[in-house]
Amino acid sequence: MGELKQTALIDLHLALGGKMVNFAGWEMPVQYPLGVMKEHLHCRAAAGLFDVSHMGQLIVRAGAEALEALMPVDVAALPEGRQRYGFLTNDHGGIIDDLMFTNRGDHYLFIVNAANAEADTKYLRKHLGDAVEPIYDRALLALQGPDAEDVLGTIAPDTSRLRFMDMGTFDTDFGTLWISRSGYTGDDGFEISVKNEHANDLARALLSHEQVEPIGLGARDSLRLEAGLPLHGSDMDAGLNPVEASLSWAIQKVRRKGGARAGGFPGEEQILSALVLGAERCRVGLAPEGRAPMRREVALFTANEGGDQIGVVTSGGFGPSVGAPVSMGIVAQKYSTRGTHLYGEVRGKRLPVSVVPMPFRPATFKR
Amino acid sequence: MKYTEEHEWLLDEDGIVTVGITAHAAEQLGDIVFVELPEAGTEVSKDDEVVVIESVKAASDILAPLDGEILEVNEAIIKEPSKVNEDPEGDAWFFKIKPSEPEQMDDYMDEKAYKDFIG
Repeated sequence: MGELKQTALIDLHLALGGKMVNFAGWEMPVQYPLGVMKEHLHCRAAAGLFDVSHMGQLIVRAGAEALEALMPVDVAALPEGRQRYGFLTNDHGGIIDDLMFTNRGDHYLFIVNAANAEADTKYLRKHLGDAVEPIYDRALLALQGPDAEDVLGTIAPDTSRLRFMDMGTFDTDFGTLWISRSGYTGDDGFEISVKNEHANDLARALLSHEQVEPIGLGARDSLRLEAGLPLHGSDMDAGLNPVEASLSWAIQKVRRKGGARAGGFPGEEQILSALVLGAERCRVGLAPEGRAPMRREVALFTANEGGDQIGVVTSGGFGPSVGAPVSMGIVAQKYSTRGTHLYGEVRGKRLPVSVVPMPFRPATFKR
Repeated sequence: MKYTEEHEWLLDEDGIVTVGITAHAAEQLGDIVFVELPEAGTEVSKDDEVVVIESVKAASDILAPLDGEILEVNEAIIKEPSKVNEDPEGDAWFFKIKPSEPEQMDDYMDEKAYKDFIG
């Protein structure tokens, strides 16, 4: 695949029979011989190992104040050892990228989307200069599912003490690991930052447990979709503000109108007013009533013929754990109430679909 | 048994042709989650899009391999699309067609030619 970037686990993916694809310029496994459906179900039932080394890991040696000038979230109150969801916004309030950041004491650790990693680094450097240091010598693995705690406990016993969104440093046979209790599946699990030279041994040690199967990007997408977790570039982008993306929950009161540190971030005017007045459109869960999946770009209407388009599916497919098709999309505000019946146009036919709450399947985080 | 370049198999039994997709096609498509079949009694022309299958990855069309009338469709695979992955060249046939131009069958590959075709 020529010029594609490869993670430290490339040989392991090939040895495991991974079907490799170009994902955001990286050569990544979309699935292994088990296949997307069984990988998904296995991860929900036992544990799945994902290579997410293509995501950007950045050390940011900046203070909370500097970061709050770039993100509409509460950075200052985040205690050391805690991780939080956030996003970088542009001057129109649109989402440049969404990310996870952790207070690591003398710095913050950012985990950003693979597709945006280079742009994010450039953007953050523009504002924060040398305080931003991309990490190239560490891989990132995710171990997700109900058996993740037991399996990881064989390598780093103290990880069982981590609660959802905690992060710690653990000395192991595989070097010093930075481990957070979080992920992108809606299930309990961990993300593990490991030096490249130990990544293969660590992955093989985790896979040696019969509970653990390797999981490709195909099942990663269906798992996050069932969990109602948006994907930047599909379900939100620089043209959509956090209120429109139904991510208001991630903007703490202290940054809203009337809060002690209200505003002061790019797009403050648009975001603060949308938080009060609501948005004209928003992201919703969609449950197709038939069996046909409604995928990205399916147009949404209020009637089975005629009428104007009132929304669009932004992600969709089959939800293996739900046992039915699941989608999310952006719809006009007045059609966003749960239970609203809409129609999605699939292959020229309008098929019924309902607005439903997300997640499609309850989360199983260890809070 | 005859095979098309679209990875369908055709089994002619006394002038009624059963059509399905090959094991190779099913494997390439991945886990199949949705099948839409034509109605029995429909008259179709060769290369009409008669079947839609969706896998976890994408949607694909299946073309009518022959002119003729759809006599029967396999309702079982609508209820359980995963059967297509389990037994594509057996129980998970798609439809039976009565060809109006049976000689169209001659255009298709035999098993050896198909095996060469898929490499």
